[in-house]
Amino acid sequence: MFDFILSKYNYWIYIVMMMIGFYAMIGKKNLVKKIIGINIFQTAIIVFFISTAVKKGGTLPIIEHAHGHGSHAVEVASYINPLPHVLMLTAIVVMVSTLGVALAIAIQIYRRYNTLEEDEILEQRKWSHNLLR
Amino acid sequence: MVPQSPALVVVVPLIFAFLSLLFGWWRKGLSYPITLIALSLSFLASIYCLYTVLTTGTIHYYLGKWEPPWGIEYVVDHLNGFILVIVSFVGLMAAISSRRVVEKELPEKVVYFYTLFLLQVTGFLGIVITGDMFNLYVFLEIASLAGYALIAVGEDGAPFASFNYLIFGTIGACFYLLGVGYLYIKTGSLNMADLKEILPALYQSKVLMVAFAFFLVGVSLKMALFPLHVWLPDAYTYAPSAVSALLAPLMTKVGAYVMIRILFTVFEPHFSIELIPATTILGWMAAGAILFGALLALAQSDVKRMLAYILVGEVGYIALGVGLANRNGLTGAILHILNDSIMMLALFLIVAAIMYRSGDREIPGLRYMHRRMPFTMAVLVIAGLSVIGIPPTCGFFSKWYLVLGAIDANKWVFVAVLLISSLLNVILFFRVIENAYLEPREEEVHEGVEVAVAIEEAPLSLLLPILIAGAGILSLGILSGEIISSVIRFAVPAGF
Repeated sequence: MFDFILSKYNYWIYIVMMMIGFYAMIGKKNLVKKIIGINIFQTAIIVFFISTAVKKGGTLPIIEHAHGHGSHAVEVASYINPLPHVLMLTAIVVMVSTLGVALAIAIQIYRRYNTLEEDEILEQRKWSHNLLR
Repeated sequence: MVPQSPALVVVVPLIFAFLSLLFGWWRKGLSYPITLIALSLSFLASIYCLYTVLTTGTIHYYLGKWEPPWGIEYVVDHLNGFILVIVSFVGLMAAISSRRVVEKELPEKVVYFYTLFLLQVTGFLGIVITGDMFNLYVFLEIASLAGYALIAVGEDGAPFASFNYLIFGTIGACFYLLGVGYLYIKTGSLNMADLKEILPALYQSKVLMVAFAFFLVGVSLKMALFPLHVWLPDAYTYAPSAVSALLAPLMTKVGAYVMIRILFTVFEPHFSIELIPATTILGWMAAGAILFGALLALAQSDVKRMLAYILVGEVGYIALGVGLANRNGLTGAILHILNDSIMMLALFLIVAAIMYRSGDREIPGLRYMHRRMPFTMAVLVIAGLSVIGIPPTCGFFSKWYLVLGAIDANKWVFVAVLLISSLLNVILFFRVIENAYLEPREEEVHEGVEVAVAIEEAPLSLLLPILIAGAGILSLGILSGEIISSVIRFAVPAGF
């Protein structure tokens, strides 16, 4: 059992990180903590994807001086899979933009309610709602 | 130009998004016409794509000539060719209608509004046209991020509603991405057609089931399927009117399309129906959505919020058609994607018109509306009848196919749910129509003096799309047999 955990420790790290992020997104009341939760969650996904690419003893997927010298057969097992890395470069861009939009909205919320605590905002909204009636 | 049309559908609005920003800085008034040009071109290109599909069959377009499964591929078949036309048409109509509304509601942000608007439509079109799982994720996020920003500029509660939407939307997108990751571990491919070939040999694998579960939850979050709909009512109520008119008809429908793609194209019907009872679960969730949406809509006094809850129910109809998993059910679901887009476009545009003229969305505030805005209210009646499902409006026909599908599947509970929801919708809309059309009672009229109400129609740029949508509801209903026999018959996934 312990071996099972230890030999696949990177995946366990991913799961634990994901749960921490998930908890922060759902459970925390502070909006900035929620945003940090989003970030942890997304970083966990990066860890997961990169883990899937790793091979024991694998090297860079580059053939040195390939032009003219690279005609030899390539042994796939000795190269790390580059595709998940590329996917994650794109995903990082998406994550940065999500972070940017989230922070911008948080600033808007702070300007309007002067707080970033979810329950205080809800309290204020309820109050203004009753006032309108 | 013509062989490139699948790429143009997406690339034109994307490039024009930046052009509208540049020209908008120079002359503020230019961003509206640029948006219209971009969406018209995109609409023409998508009509051309659908025409090509109907005459010569599925289009495969390799971006940068990189062949699949390595390169990104755009695939247009009957299903997504059909939905491409819907998305670009609704986008164009929403853009036309936005002119005066945006000038009134967001006077300082007109230029940025149109940039985000085009990015939003780009995202929707990209989701629909792509044949690559990861590319779909990227477009999903483009559409969602533009949506968060557009919603956040709305009225008082908007930033907070948008923040909640962002949390749920990000969870949905991350789950989708994880699903893609699990599929990639097992198959080493991201191309949908390629995955379809590889997957059947692996159907017993647990990794596949995890991937499937992630997809199902992620996409349900994006399409706001009950009980994962909690972000929707707030977000669509507080968003600016022009934004609701774009997002409400399209975001949920595009999500439903992704659901159909993953359940029946990437995975085979055999897997989604028998190996994992996904469609059964979907059917029950959908039944919950239909009842819950209609019941909560009854409790609302704000017209826009009521429509948002009706939308939750409408998503349920589409999901129910998918959940029934037979030919009639899926025909109903795909037809309802079309019909509901037009109905929701009409209804949210009408709310925009009411907001533009009176600024009051409460149902009692609709008094005398039929005299102030006779044409708009006439379309409201048509759209209301269509949501209820009265022939010859289009809403009747998709409900008819759903009922047929439920009978075919021998699930009489769902037949009952569909009928009950129609009755609830009758109450909902007659409450609105009564307020808009019937005169106040004697004692409310001040000393018998008729209150003079001048005709104050919505501005032409807003009235025109409303009338087109109203005419669309009627004509789509009359033409629905034609649409089913020439397009939807082929759009129903193979295996049914």
